[in-house]
Amino acid sequence: MMTNDKAGGVNRRDFLATSGKTAIGAAMVVGAGTLLLPTQGWGMELKALKPETMATMIQMARDIYPHDHIGDKFYAKAMRAHDDGAADDAEKLAMLENGIADLDKRAGENGYLGLGWEEDRVAILHDIEDSGFFQAMRGSLVVGLYNQKALWPLFGYEGASAHKGGYIERGFDDIEWV
Amino acid sequence: MAAPYDLNDDSVVVVIGSGAGGGTLGNELAQKGIDTVILEAGGRHEAEDFINDEWGSFGQLAWLDKRTTSGDWRVAKDFSGLPAWIVKAVGGSTTHWAGASLRFQPHEWKAKTTYGDVEGASLLDWPIDAEEMAPYYSKAEDKMGVTNTHGIPPLPGNNNYKVFEAGAKKLGYKQVHTGNMAINSQDRDGRTYCQQSGFCFQGCKFSAKWSTLYAEIPKGEATGKLEVRANAHVLQIQHGDDGKVTGVLYADADGNQHVQKARVVAVAGNSIESPRLLLNSASSMFSDGLANSSGMVGKNYMRHMTASVYASFDKPVNFYRGTTMAGIIQDESVHDPSRGFVGGYEMETLALGVPFMAAFLNPGAWGRQFAAAMDTYDHMAGMWIVGEDMPQESNAVSLSEEKDQYGLPAPNVHFSDHANDVAMRNHAWKQGMAVYDAVGATQTYPTPPYPSTHNLGTNRMSADAKDGVVNKWGQTHDIANLFVSDGSQFTTGAAENPTLTIVSLAIRQADYIAEQMGQKAI
Ligand SMILES: Cc1cc2nc3c(=O)[nH]c(=O)nc-3n(C[C@H](O)[C@H](O)[C@H](O)COP(=O)(O)OP(=O)(O)OC[C@H]3O[C@@H](n4cnc5c(N)ncnc54)[C@H](O)[C@@H]3O)c2cc1C
Ligand code: SF4
Repeated sequence: MMTNDKAGGVNRRDFLATSGKTAIGAAMVVGAGTLLLPTQGWGMELKALKPETMATMIQMARDIYPHDHIGDKFYAKAMRAHDDGAADDAEKLAMLENGIADLDKRAGENGYLGLGWEEDRVAILHDIEDSGFFQAMRGSLVVGLYNQKALWPLFGYEGASAHKGGYIERGFDDIEWV
Repeated sequence: MAAPYDLNDDSVVVVIGSGAGGGTLGNELAQKGIDTVILEAGGRHEAEDFINDEWGSFGQLAWLDKRTTSGDWRVAKDFSGLPAWIVKAVGGSTTHWAGASLRFQPHEWKAKTTYGDVEGASLLDWPIDAEEMAPYYSKAEDKMGVTNTHGIPPLPGNNNYKVFEAGAKKLGYKQVHTGNMAINSQDRDGRTYCQQSGFCFQGCKFSAKWSTLYAEIPKGEATGKLEVRANAHVLQIQHGDDGKVTGVLYADADGNQHVQKARVVAVAGNSIESPRLLLNSASSMFSDGLANSSGMVGKNYMRHMTASVYASFDKPVNFYRGTTMAGIIQDESVHDPSRGFVGGYEMETLALGVPFMAAFLNPGAWGRQFAAAMDTYDHMAGMWIVGEDMPQESNAVSLSEEKDQYGLPAPNVHFSDHANDVAMRNHAWKQGMAVYDAVGATQTYPTPPYPSTHNLGTNRMSADAKDGVVNKWGQTHDIANLFVSDGSQFTTGAAENPTLTIVSLAIRQADYIAEQMGQKAI
């Protein structure tokens, strides 16, 4: 059940082939404040953060909780709250922009998104894991990601059940393998 | 008089809190014709209002007022503002609870005598014993409809239980069953039977699980002798020149303050708020707080030795379906010091949804190992472990520097494990993992304790007034018309989930209060 890529993975070549727009990681910047996830059919208007920053945050979110069968839009939705929060909180905005700038600096010439292997990006995250920036990212992500109802079926979790009469007639004791 | 009661009516018994202790006491007193007012800080959400959504329900029901933490427990790091998972609503934590209802074992009433001196532990014997409690346990089990008692059939085992039972049997455990649960396995007491919805921790929308919200309070209200005032947050207990309590100051939903007069006050705010309220009620006559001549108010905070074990399998389990905790292994609950610790522990099935699993499987963890575990969510089984922890005077609820929304000192909850707790947890993790390994687990996860759901001991019961806060009736040693009616009375914690004992003590206390009022002693 977990092996099906139900959310649709991101094919890097899809956007690299797209011309006239800047591709960053799996995302694409269209204009000043818009980020598109072309293969996900999803995009967001950013209120405060630079699109490049958001694109890096999405990759960072995936590196924190890497679920290969979960599409980028779920990570993006979780990160969007930071943009909302940063819109009227200059301190928060600075923390996020500086945090991502720091990641890029640590990553070297091509920045965080330029590191092809998760292992190399995660090594950088380990170096900053005690920072307020990392903790804010991880702390919000653990709720912002796993609390998305649309994502639950991808983990095989069925969510609310009372309106369906519970599981008494729907398999509460249906496993046969033990 | 009949409910509702006037603020100046000084003939009423005021009960603070409507959970396991307060809700039961309020109904029991009303059944005896005693005028009773329950003041409850939270709102009233009926069963149909409950939400099948972990964080949504948490937001609806949990106590989220300011709290601080200290000590070396991991909760202080991972959940520094949330030492405990307790409810703020009519029904108290009996809305969120799982329903496991176990009697103490006889020796657990006499922990000090049985275990001897344990270095660093402030062990004490309860001033009551198994024989004295037996009839009250029986009444409580009947009232709550506990399965496998009073001829009530067991609950059926769900998928999580099937895995747990198979592992337990392979390992040679003998006492394995679907528990003594205060959850209807058949229609009873005007409530339906469990529909296996899997949201016991979020409030039972079917009212199949016992809660004071719908199983006690409406019965009390029907007598005309019980008024439940929701959104009434008690700030202070007041007393007169004679040292007797006279009433309580509370804030209503709009923050307006009122004084409700009282003949008797019973505190049942759970083991963090109850001692805080006594401490915050300090006066020139009682400068260390009410009922605190022993200095024990807030001390000896216990939370049970807890842990969880989750395991992944190569085949699906769908453990979130069905009752959250209907499954138990009791073989390790005995006192057998050859294991390297005193006291024992129970293993109980447990399932969480995806949101809570992510938050609690290994708080703070991230990266591929964590994500890989989450990826197996529907192939997981899980259990909770609950055992006796050692009371320590230094583990305490005290007044924090920080203030709550009323400007009163918030509670600080300080906790560090005793060496006995650590030894027991390590043993329990090993055994729990062995249960799942026995049925072919591909991975097992020793999960650390969650914010405390069992909060105990901070107004403990003692024979001698210098050792504790209340006597064998839950009456404070210092003030005759002031009672404690919740889990903070616990002298020691025993291995069992506490609520059946809290309810039994409340039934017993109601008899005593009625008798004392009848004799005009209070
Ligand atoms: C998720 C979960 C699962 C659990 N499962 C089990 C289980 O299976 N078995 C078991 O035995 N136990 C279980 N428990 C524990 C059980 O819920 C508690 O032990 C029990 O409810 C405690 O009873 P109490 O009367 O001490 O406090 P509570 O039931 O918490 O009630 C206290 C009430 O007092 C109110 N209050 C506090 N301060 C004030 C104030 N100043 N003014 C007015 N009102 C106030 C609160 O709002 C609350 O409603 C569980 C708990 C949780 C959270
Ligand atoms: S599983 Fe049963 S007891 Fe638990 S919430 Fe659902 S119906 Fe109620």
